[in-house]
Amino acid sequence: MFLTRILGAAAMLALAALPAGAHEFTAGGLTIGHPYAFETAPTAMAGGGFMTITNEGAEADRLLAVRADFPKVEIHETVEKDGVASMQPVEAIDIPAGATVELKPGGYHVMFVGLEGRPLVAGTMIPATLVFEKAGEVAIEFAVQKRGEGDMGHMMEGMSHDSGEASE
Amino acid sequence: MTPGASRTALIAATALAVAAAAGLGVLWLRQAAPDRFADCGGGAAGATIGGPFTLTDENGRTVTDAEVLAQPSLVYFGYTFCPDVCPTDNARNAEAVDLLEARGLTVQPVFISIDPERDTPERLRDFTDMLHPRMLGLTGTPEQVAAASRAYRTYFRKVDSGDEYYLVDHSTQTYLMLPGYGFVTFFPRDATAEAMADSTACYLAHA
Repeated sequence: MFLTRILGAAAMLALAALPAGAHEFTAGGLTIGHPYAFETAPTAMAGGGFMTITNEGAEADRLLAVRADFPKVEIHETVEKDGVASMQPVEAIDIPAGATVELKPGGYHVMFVGLEGRPLVAGTMIPATLVFEKAGEVAIEFAVQKRGEGDMGHMMEGMSHDSGEASE
Repeated sequence: MTPGASRTALIAATALAVAAAAGLGVLWLRQAAPDRFADCGGGAAGATIGGPFTLTDENGRTVTDAEVLAQPSLVYFGYTFCPDVCPTDNARNAEAVDLLEARGLTVQPVFISIDPERDTPERLRDFTDMLHPRMLGLTGTPEQVAAASRAYRTYFRKVDSGDEYYLVDHSTQTYLMLPGYGFVTFFPRDATAEAMADSTACYLAHA
């Protein structure tokens, strides 16, 4: 009983150390940082998912697929050229050893497709499985949040604003 | 070059790139002389962007450009199925509108669908309401939407996927339209809400 309480307190302290709402998952040398998705309109057909993947292992890995309970889940990359944006499905995302790869608005993202009638609601979690070439399957949850809450993409955009080039 | 001149050059270069991307070849951007908006960092005034359109608004009402653009507007062409770029860009536009509102300036955010097949008025209303209470969604028949896109020199291309979950490549610039002037400038994807608000406020002050 006492031990449970201590563990509980430790867990709370651990949570308190993270930014509000942030969460992460680990698998071997991989850390999946704060998987999140933005809430969607009630009649939306698709939503985007984002996260960081840090590889502290000695070997490179690759994110091959993302599975979740939607008719279609794909990994996409937004490519912007001459003011025209196109989204392209990608085969895999390389996660080099020692690197952090960011899935963020305007770049790599997970696309949840076929939401019809099941919109993404802020405050809920989307259970999903990441499939890595070496680390295998990793169960995670995407936290659904309102746009503008801890939106790292916005912060990044703000920082790269003065570069004068189309970011991402 | 002064910062202002380099910014003007950058915007002009982007405008040319957009025009080229739209398959128009080189769009000649006439500098409106003597440009009353010269201080606003634009440089694309007088370009032949914009024109008459008839579309269906998010409430199912038929509307024309004269009605929609009777107030200063930030106009974006996109589609609601787009989960990344369109909500990101339009949340930015909504933020710019809020910044302007805080300065007592009312600007209407407008989202024109280039995916009328899937973007029903209801779906558009849901999408725009989530981004800003005053954002107006417009759709129409494929012909009406194509005509509006042509008038605004935007590019879109449906990427066939064999199912209903296709993607659409599309232009991402946002146009500032003012009553009595029409198109005055545009903002690329990487413009911040603050920069858009500053520039828009300048145009409104000189209009």
